[in-house]
Amino acid sequence: MSELFGGVGGDVRSRVARAVLRGEHYRSLASRWVKGDERPFRDPEAYARLGRRATPRSFTGEALRWQHEGETLLVTLDHGPVNEIGNLMLDELEELSTYLERGAGGARALVFYSAREKGFSAGADLRELYDGIQERRRDGVPLLRQAHELRRFIDRIHHVFDVFDTVPLTTVAAVHGFVFGGGFELALTCDVIIADKSARFCFPELRLGLVPGFGGIPRLNRDLGNGIVRDLLLTGRSLRASRAHEVGLISQVVARGEALNVALKVAEQAARFDRDTTALAKPFIKPLPRRDLDREKELFTYLFASPVVEAALKKFVESDDVRPYLP
Amino acid sequence: MTDIETKLITLASKRFDKDATGFTATDDFFEKLGIDSYQAMDMLTEVEEAFDVEIPDYELNGVNTFGGLAQVIGRRL
Repeated sequence: MSELFGGVGGDVRSRVARAVLRGEHYRSLASRWVKGDERPFRDPEAYARLGRRATPRSFTGEALRWQHEGETLLVTLDHGPVNEIGNLMLDELEELSTYLERGAGGARALVFYSAREKGFSAGADLRELYDGIQERRRDGVPLLRQAHELRRFIDRIHHVFDVFDTVPLTTVAAVHGFVFGGGFELALTCDVIIADKSARFCFPELRLGLVPGFGGIPRLNRDLGNGIVRDLLLTGRSLRASRAHEVGLISQVVARGEALNVALKVAEQAARFDRDTTALAKPFIKPLPRRDLDREKELFTYLFASPVVEAALKKFVESDDVRPYLP
Repeated sequence: MTDIETKLITLASKRFDKDATGFTATDDFFEKLGIDSYQAMDMLTEVEEAFDVEIPDYELNGVNTFGGLAQVIGRRL
């Protein structure tokens, strides 16, 4: 910071910060640092003003709820069996992203956690997806056209996850149990992941003839070396929390049942920092991999049109295997 | 029984609160422990932690007995 803003006064520093966030070329290295990033949240002061006006400050839906705990916005996923992400969950995640875009009620940090005993999220709702394919088939809609219809869902969830990724708050995922597929992708949008010892991380999508469709590969590539990314994706294996910590995927491993408590401490600590500094630092620390996210959407849509996917989904939903997630 | 099998049976029975008396290496652990998919995943985590090994899920395809799981563990010690 001192090198970037060396010798300038507070007001000037603040103007520079806002200019950088707006993407203006402010005769500073900073404009190059953030060039190419996507910033739906461009002005920290305006964002804070919006937040002070935002109402209502809590939400209770069928799949998730949120409320403020001090300066932290606590988002609880609570949709059986394990927070599968289908149309209902997406609708309510969209509610949340709108709230975040409107200032998040003035919150300084955000924590996601799950109230479901078995995990954070088992990922996309594959039963809903399979049933949808069958229903559209009965309506005479060919698979290729269904893929284009699904693209709308993918575009919506990408927008929501991009908001979570770039919101100028410190975001924390407190995870346990299943952190699979789309649930893993949701956790990867967060700045910090705190996992209890029961957590397992997995991308089983290639087994279904797909790639992760909610931004998983670009965000994994942002966080990890490509060797472990290839291992995870190409074999569909899962990682336990301590191994995920070793490879740098998560920040802390804590005792079973303690992820939320620790995540709230992380949020509380982050909320002590200057709001503008966090807003300015975040896109520099964690740039959005826009080009690869767009490529992922194209690849996912292309792959979905293959009959391989329908056959794999059928096998999954009809399986009575105790370990249906095994590759 | 081998040391690994004995340790495995003790670990699994304790984790899922079962009496291990009479458990053998050829027993099907899904049947003996009565576990669901979440608990099967949890058992894998417990085994990895206890034996300090990493077991890729695909090595467990078709593995249903304590003895079979002990062999997978043994290959990684």
